[in-house]
Amino acid sequence: MKYLYALLLVLVACGSAWSKEATLLADDPVVEQRLIAISEEMRCLVCQNESLAGSRADLALDLRRELRGLIKQGKTDDEIKEFMVSRYGDFVLYRPPVKPTTWVLWAGPFGLMLVGVVALFVYLRRRNSEIGTGTSGLTEEESQRVEALLKEGEK
Amino acid sequence: MKAKFLIPLALFGILVVFLAVGLRLDPHEVPSPLINKPAPAFKVTQLEQPELQFSPEDLKGKVWLFNVWASWCVACRQEHPVLMEFARMQVAPLVGLDYKDQRKDAFGVLRRSGNPYDIIAFDGDGRVGIDYGVYGVPESYVIDKAGVIRYKHIGPITTEALQKTIIPLINELKKS
Repeated sequence: MKYLYALLLVLVACGSAWSKEATLLADDPVVEQRLIAISEEMRCLVCQNESLAGSRADLALDLRRELRGLIKQGKTDDEIKEFMVSRYGDFVLYRPPVKPTTWVLWAGPFGLMLVGVVALFVYLRRRNSEIGTGTSGLTEEESQRVEALLKEGEK
Repeated sequence: MKAKFLIPLALFGILVVFLAVGLRLDPHEVPSPLINKPAPAFKVTQLEQPELQFSPEDLKGKVWLFNVWASWCVACRQEHPVLMEFARMQVAPLVGLDYKDQRKDAFGVLRRSGNPYDIIAFDGDGRVGIDYGVYGVPESYVIDKAGVIRYKHIGPITTEALQKTIIPLINELKKS
């Protein structure tokens, strides 16, 4: 019985030895911190709605490896961004740069808002002036009928 | 007065046009910034003769087709007969880049279905692929005599794309 118990213990010990040791996320937490900050601003090209920081796609792993290398070489954020943009285009950036081809993208919502505000303003003024002058859009005959009906109601 | 009723109809029309265009766009086709830029330089070993190297410099003065593939890539199998056809036509050198692959797996594919490539460069860790902005295999590049990328095809090359776009472009570039 004793031996059986010892065997069981040995087996249990083996079990935990088989499981892989958790790999450290990074050998240098400062590099990793910067890597996360940069890659969160970038799109993974394989799963396009995921950031490069969060994606588990093979390409994202490789790109994170490359970026880690660039950070260790002491490249600036702009140089790293350029590394990505020169290969994959502005599409990798979640915040597209302001340039002629993206003017509509950046200014469009404000333009639409401006159109809306102007339209609202024009509409309110027109309505205001209509109320002010008393024109209700009725013909004379109709106005007379309204008045007649109102008088009838007062009685 | 009547024109007022047409406004919603016009807005609806515009919306339909936007949706129709949007539905036809493939979000996976990201335009490459490398078009009309010099093909990134690299020097890697060849797949079949690891003692030999390949660099795009070796093909300066020639128009060539650079095809990124891998043994694990399913769409490449679909593309394979089209590449075999291209190789038969002898229009231009076809260089393969075996991307993130194991040599023995790649050999298996070539043995089973034939080898359309004149040279195959081996990119085991995917670094060359990254320089070329590869994000999904297969991808193909037409590179001109000066070593400039003139065209990128994303996804498997179809017979139609080969006949209508790639071959005419190659013939044009050969003249210049």
